[in-house]
Amino acid sequence: MAYSDKVIEHYQNPHNVGSFGSSKEVQARKDVGVGIVGAPECGDVMQLHIQVSDAGVIQDAKFKCFGCGSAIASSSLATEWIKGKTVDEALAIKNTEIVEELSLPPVKIHCSVLAEDSIRAAIEDWKKKNGHATAVDTHAAHAH
Amino acid sequence: MNKPRPLYLDNAATTRCDPRVVEVMLPYLTEAYGNSGSRNHAFGWEAEEAVEKAREQAAALIGANSKEIIFTSGATESNNLAIKGAAHMYAKNPEGQTGRGHIITALHEHKAVLDPCKRLQKEGFDVTYLQPPADGVITVDMVAKEIRPDTILVSIMWANNEIGTINEIPAIGKLCHDKEIIFHSDGTQWVGKMPTDVERDNIDLLSWSGHKMYGPKGVGALYVRRRKPRVRLEAIFDGGGQERGMRSGTLNISGIAGFGKACELCQHEMQSEGERLLKFRNRLETELAKAIEVTQVNGNASKRVPNITNISFGFVEGESLLMGIKDIACSSGSACTSASLEPSYVLKSLGVGDELAHSSLRLSMSRWTTDKEIEYTIASITKAVLHLRKMSPLYDLFKEGVDISKIQWQTH
Ligand SMILES: Cc1ncc(COP(=O)(O)O)c(C=O)c1O
Ligand code: FES
Repeated sequence: MAYSDKVIEHYQNPHNVGSFGSSKEVQARKDVGVGIVGAPECGDVMQLHIQVSDAGVIQDAKFKCFGCGSAIASSSLATEWIKGKTVDEALAIKNTEIVEELSLPPVKIHCSVLAEDSIRAAIEDWKKKNGHATAVDTHAAHAH
Repeated sequence: MNKPRPLYLDNAATTRCDPRVVEVMLPYLTEAYGNSGSRNHAFGWEAEEAVEKAREQAAALIGANSKEIIFTSGATESNNLAIKGAAHMYAKNPEGQTGRGHIITALHEHKAVLDPCKRLQKEGFDVTYLQPPADGVITVDMVAKEIRPDTILVSIMWANNEIGTINEIPAIGKLCHDKEIIFHSDGTQWVGKMPTDVERDNIDLLSWSGHKMYGPKGVGALYVRRRKPRVRLEAIFDGGGQERGMRSGTLNISGIAGFGKACELCQHEMQSEGERLLKFRNRLETELAKAIEVTQVNGNASKRVPNITNISFGFVEGESLLMGIKDIACSSGSACTSASLEPSYVLKSLGVGDELAHSSLRLSMSRWTTDKEIEYTIASITKAVLHLRKMSPLYDLFKEGVDISKIQWQTH
């Protein structure tokens, strides 16, 4: 299967790779929301860190991803899209928009779902830390 | 079509057909197009001569008599004919009943062995699937433990196609002969690469395929022992009675001629080739391990064929790694590369963690692999793994000292 040029471009030059600190450090930071979704046994782990202002604007975002090229591209794209958006605007992003932008084939749709899930999980985490009402349970993974 | 072609390190999937083989094949497509079954004219005689020459060449490669070689369409057909053919012939009970006999095979066999066994289970046979140990090698003791009074067939591959590990074949064959059980081996990744002697190695049925040994695709062989014991098979294809009634159908003359030539070339070249490939494999494994922390060569360290290596690069997903080495054609056990989104069942059966199965690459070399290609491959893989680790959340956890295998992930 051939990759779209956009997937290849994100793979080679991913945007916003990184984190705002170790898992301990970000846990302690109220302005940072953390989303980790997926599971190694299905091949994908996506980690999204967002830095959010008091007014609820996502000022910066960083990702890390263990997954295929399409998963890497989806997370890279997601960080681009959410930067500068309010958390509510970011929550409105649909995985189908990512599929379209990156021309993902059907077998790679779940990789874009991960990106959407990681946005949700990170925002839920930020809301929880800041005493906002949260939606249903998060998809965040827990290290024991 | 003049784009530069990727470097090919996927020879366990298939090999390039040797130009010397192609040369032998061509006349049988153009001028000498007879049917070897035509007994009354020169076209037929010519074709028959080609087939019998190939039969000699195939037999010579494995120390057999040419009368013991059946030509097929490849290892899939050979395995099906051997396993179903022997099971049906030696069944303890007639069709429609249970308790028809017991078969032993292993969980990390090729699907072309596992699926015929599964079908036989539906037909009333019992099958034991041996769980391979962590090093992937099936020993004679493991087989001996499972033998029952009603065991009729043991099918254990010679070398594994994903990890290259070598099972204890002569010893398993000896055990089966002592117990009067038919012994089949899928030799697809072994024959032509390693010295084979069906007498010394106690084989009753041996499958192999042309396209894994520099011959054409769609042609293979099954060795069927004729003496001590004389092995009988129930045919799968019924028809014109070719191949001593065991495989009806007009013979693929050009393919068979090429297959024979490929066997001859392998017989002459396997030793020097094997030494060269072993050096390449060792170089790949040691230099990659030196350049990249947390790598693991899968399967027994020494009991492996020289042309295959399977390496896991921790914290890096296999399909994304393949993407980073686009100009090297090879394969991965990662779920993301498979249609089923399941990681390699072979690596799983060895107890390699899912995470390392996802991170595996299989590199398999050929007669034409060069030093320079190996050097390039080491450099490319190193670069790609380091690129991906910068993005890997699992690598961060590892660096923080978290044992990834102990994390319980909440899935959705
Ligand atoms: C061990 C083994 N058995 C059987 C096969 C099937 O061979 P063929 O493609 O000739 O049917 C293969 C190749 O895919 C193999 O590696
Ligand atoms: S992460 Fe497995 S297919 Fe995309």
